[in-house]
Amino acid sequence: MSGFGRFAAMAATYGFLGLMAFLSVFPFIWMALGATNSSIDIIKGKLLPGAAFAANVGNFFTLVNVPLVFWNSAKIAILATVLTLAVSSLAGYGFEMFRSRRRERVYRAMLLTLMIPFAALMIPLFIMMGKAGLINTHLAVVLPSIGSAFVIFYFRQSTKAFPSELRDAAKVDGLKEWQIFLFIYVPVMRSTYAAAFVIVFMTAWNNYLWPLIVLQTNETKTITLVISSLASAYYPDYGVVMVGTILATLPTLAVFFFMQRQFVQGMLGSVK
Amino acid sequence: MVRARRGIGRYYDVNGWLFVAPALGLIALFMVYPIAWSLWMSFQSGRGMTLKFAGFANIVRLWNDPVFIKALTNTVTYFVVQVPIMILLALILASLLNNPRLVGRGLFRTAIFLPCVSSLVAYSVLFKGMFATDGIVNSTLQAIGLVASPIPWLTHPFWAKVLVILAITWRWTGYNMIFYLAALQNIDKSIYEVARIDGVPAWARFTHLTIPLLKPVILFTTVISTIGTLQLFDEVYNLTEGKGGPSNATLTLSLYIYNLTFRFMPNLGYAATVSYVIVVLVALLAFVQFFAARERDR
Repeated sequence: MSGFGRFAAMAATYGFLGLMAFLSVFPFIWMALGATNSSIDIIKGKLLPGAAFAANVGNFFTLVNVPLVFWNSAKIAILATVLTLAVSSLAGYGFEMFRSRRRERVYRAMLLTLMIPFAALMIPLFIMMGKAGLINTHLAVVLPSIGSAFVIFYFRQSTKAFPSELRDAAKVDGLKEWQIFLFIYVPVMRSTYAAAFVIVFMTAWNNYLWPLIVLQTNETKTITLVISSLASAYYPDYGVVMVGTILATLPTLAVFFFMQRQFVQGMLGSVK
Repeated sequence: MVRARRGIGRYYDVNGWLFVAPALGLIALFMVYPIAWSLWMSFQSGRGMTLKFAGFANIVRLWNDPVFIKALTNTVTYFVVQVPIMILLALILASLLNNPRLVGRGLFRTAIFLPCVSSLVAYSVLFKGMFATDGIVNSTLQAIGLVASPIPWLTHPFWAKVLVILAITWRWTGYNMIFYLAALQNIDKSIYEVARIDGVPAWARFTHLTIPLLKPVILFTTVISTIGTLQLFDEVYNLTEGKGGPSNATLTLSLYIYNLTFRFMPNLGYAATVSYVIVVLVALLAFVQFFAARERDR
């Protein structure tokens, strides 16, 4: 390729990537700037920091019981993540390590549940939760999400990379299966767990439709529900809404940046 | 000997089932049981909780329900337009970012992945503000002279659909890109080097190397994205205040089911029938995609 051609290709590549990166990040910048501006300035599209940050935060805290709402979201997300990881990694290990024809069939049938859309489940689930007296409880939000075919699939794929010599050696040393799982598999697979943690935590934290149905009292609502209702007011105060979206995004942002390296490693492991 | 081996086999088998039992139990209780229940429910009709067997009445009602037809058309439109754009964009980005000589690779990658971190509700709310009639997007487009008058993103049936497509593309492209990047990392780099030395141009390397090598991952992401798009709810609910847009222009099947159950006078039987339309669509499209992938293998 000629020198000019190579330069043009490079310029196009960097230009395209730069544009994509800018478009990806811009709403976050707009959100951060918005939190410092008044509602009118935000709608007008002001792109400079303003002086309304303290007022917006103050208004948000008077409108919303922030500690309670945050605690509700955190409780649901952490509970769902821990339980999903525990149950799914056990299953992923079980399906890969103790392969049998019958379990292989069950596994394939289980993967079919990936295709069941949530909309088709929500009415029966709602009635079930009602009968169990779990409406307006966080348990009702968490329970249906724990058994996840997607996360089991991910763990099984990753388990293929788990060295079987380790398991054999442990068996010679007289360890029981559950001990091998707990004391050898779990520590060895920590990057797999980290990647699954990121995905499951984000899904649980950001979950909307099911909490919207099940959590009907203000005392049980999560931060996503609260932001949605603030933003759907007839004249939403966008400054307040921006403070809310920042608060709702910070935990997932923190989890992602804190675990980014392990997340990418874990993803690599699953594709191998 | 034979006896002992069978004994070990049984021990293995018990352990195998013990490890998978909690997950299978939960899936049976919260997936298999409700999906069977809603199938049964879809043959019933009635107001509120008093349901009576109605045969195929609900399915007949689908045909004569203009709101359902609208929701179905919208959902299929989103799927047909958005999924190919997003998959292609994610593939191009991944293959560009896979180049180890690219300066600022990590930075680009993080920036493009960032949208996946935001919650569906939070970004829908942001987009609603950004795309307001006198909002930042319109004022920018006018400033650089691309449009003469502001685009009515939220109030015009066509532009509202475009906005939903823009929004989901923004949110999910980076997510798919990560799958492709992960898969590309596992491909022997010398294949690309050889092709480069042989003078294969970049576009041909993309169509003849990247796409075939990533086919299983592309299939996986396409199926996952299809399922996601057919279930679209959070974005349309929050962008268009739960109404489904100007004259139902952005209404999706999931939103219609929600409205049928929790907003209008509840008709659980009919809502269940609509939900089975999504089940059938997902199954059909996943089957078609798997089939298409297999055909091309030959």
